[in-house]
Amino acid sequence: MQPSTVAATAALLASGGYVADTALATTVHLALAMGRPLFLEGEPGTGKTEIAKVLATGLDRRLVRLQCYDGLDLSAAAYEWDHARQLMAIRMAEAAGGTDRQSLASDIYGREFLQARPLLSAIDPDLPPSVLLIDELDRADEPFEAFLLELLADFQLTIPEYGTVHARTKPVVVLTSNRTREVHDAIRRRCLYHWVDYPDARREREILARKAPGVSATLSAEVVAFVQRLRKEDLFKLPGVAETIDWAAALMHLDAHELAPAAVDETLGVLLKYQDDIAKIRGAEAARLVTEAKAATAPRTPFD
Amino acid sequence: MDAADTGKLAANIMHFARLLRRAGLPVGPSDMLAAQRAMRLVDLGSRAQVRTALRTTMVHRHEHQDLFDQAFLMFWRDPTAAATAKAIELLSGGKEKPPERTPPGSRRLAEAMEPRREPPPDARREEKIEAVLTVSDRERLQTMDFEAMSAAEIALAKSEIRKLVLPLDLRRTRRRRPDPRGPHIDLRATIRQSLRQGGEIFDIASSRKVERPPPLVVLCDISGSMSRYAQILLHFLHAVANDRDHVSTFLFGTRLSNITRQLRHRDPEVAFQMVSHAVPDWSGGTRIGEAIELFNREWARRVLGQGAVVLLVTDGLDREGAKGLAEAMDRLHRSCTRLVWLNPLLRWEGFQPRSQGIRAMLPHVDEFRPVHNLASLRDLVATLSRPLSRAGMEKWRTAA
Repeated sequence: MQPSTVAATAALLASGGYVADTALATTVHLALAMGRPLFLEGEPGTGKTEIAKVLATGLDRRLVRLQCYDGLDLSAAAYEWDHARQLMAIRMAEAAGGTDRQSLASDIYGREFLQARPLLSAIDPDLPPSVLLIDELDRADEPFEAFLLELLADFQLTIPEYGTVHARTKPVVVLTSNRTREVHDAIRRRCLYHWVDYPDARREREILARKAPGVSATLSAEVVAFVQRLRKEDLFKLPGVAETIDWAAALMHLDAHELAPAAVDETLGVLLKYQDDIAKIRGAEAARLVTEAKAATAPRTPFD
Repeated sequence: MDAADTGKLAANIMHFARLLRRAGLPVGPSDMLAAQRAMRLVDLGSRAQVRTALRTTMVHRHEHQDLFDQAFLMFWRDPTAAATAKAIELLSGGKEKPPERTPPGSRRLAEAMEPRREPPPDARREEKIEAVLTVSDRERLQTMDFEAMSAAEIALAKSEIRKLVLPLDLRRTRRRRPDPRGPHIDLRATIRQSLRQGGEIFDIASSRKVERPPPLVVLCDISGSMSRYAQILLHFLHAVANDRDHVSTFLFGTRLSNITRQLRHRDPEVAFQMVSHAVPDWSGGTRIGEAIELFNREWARRVLGQGAVVLLVTDGLDREGAKGLAEAMDRLHRSCTRLVWLNPLLRWEGFQPRSQGIRAMLPHVDEFRPVHNLASLRDLVATLSRPLSRAGMEKWRTAA
């Protein structure tokens, strides 16, 4: 099932509609072959989450997703005891009479009272193998990171009242971060690290062709050339690939066949999400970038 | 591949790891083992695959990537490639060549490639002078010497810092800890307790939400006009960084330097030495607007999460006539929970905020804390811990 070469990994990602460069394909291949978690860092909208989804489909595994947030704790991330049912069970045992403390304890902390949350579910030996996506780890706080260490190193989870749960098949673990906070070195050390950069023009055109199939070749080339130039500008938040796809779709809905300064100005909000950035680009700057993008994508005549 | 080749490759990877370590990358033995394993899984004929395999196992941070790439180029050099590159350069007339600029980290790497030996003291001095002369002459670059601190002084500094109470200093998290008088019921602990008593609930365990100080980000001006306070400010920054979690520290003059990692060193002298090496623009001019804008763009999203408080230490005297300062301050103010400005240059009570820089900054800070005489850490801590009245802030705003 697992791809045996880098090329096979790239093909696997491509079959799920993900256009990966060699570096990413190599990293993913190594993560799969070495059984190590994959830590993907990069600007928002560069397709980090998508990798996990494509891997799940490609490897025919179930995707278990944990979205991180500040204050994420054990009961939301890993497991929770069903307290109401436990209390009920205690009452029932009392009513039946003759409870001895030892057997009550083992009854109360049985598997049926344990509610699995994403982390436990991902390594549950009774369930099929999984791809575990721990999304936007930077949003969680440090205590949560520390808790992850055991899971990432040994793919096991220790529940004090119950025992240790081991994964039967190692899950494929993908962690992503937008760098709103530096993730601790201890996590980084346990993972294979890859910085997901903005794609180059050729790869971005390929992505666009897959993700927004209705967009004409001219428009798609111009859109990509424009966005690539926009990323060199001095902006607070640069547009990601997700924005490129949205923008191309938006222009298509407006029946644009090629870039025009007026249409760019009207739809700039799809691409840039901060007012300062929009104010800076709208108007003359946008017109200049459109001209440049058109010049770069115009079909070359020989001898010119 | 036969065993001899494998052995050679393994030895080369070991040398390479050593080179990276000497150049300052934290490459541990486990990283090296992972790299060795990865080599068996990729196509050794493909340079790109080998490079990625080594990088993904040995580099754990984006900012180390450039250094790694440089090191890779230097170490795994194709003996024939240099000649080819030269030929191509000659053929293209050299016009494709980008402007001369040594890539970051190359100097450190060149040093790491050299056999390790302690240079004689004279040679080291010469090297330093050379380094100063080669970098842009617009900036006045110099390293700072800090007086040694006695053990007693360090202890005193620590005890002073403990007294520091910043505004908004406790933030309730969503985490809970057991507390017999806490307002929330902890069912898990209650049931566990009851089992010890045969299933009967006698006590209800309770918990309380954990409170902790928010992340603190310090932006400290180290330009010429602030240089007399550099010593005391650094002591302050070091003590704060070692006393609390989540402190990020940046120094700015004409550039912006992140010294968070350097300051973490427990020994202040070592930390200061590391800082003075890392920061090239002691006692130069100030471009406050530019520095803050750079901070907004490069760092704000990375360090201002989770309700951070920003402490800005500057006199507000800007070389560029406050160009772009108001906009940058406005953005900074909107990205953090609270922006506290500490101005250590106000030496008399009748101060009027006349300078353009100060006028541009005042509307965008939550608290303005002037220090009239900054002679000791104690004054600094006292000033920062003093509650500030709303009327006081209004007074400054109207004066501006």
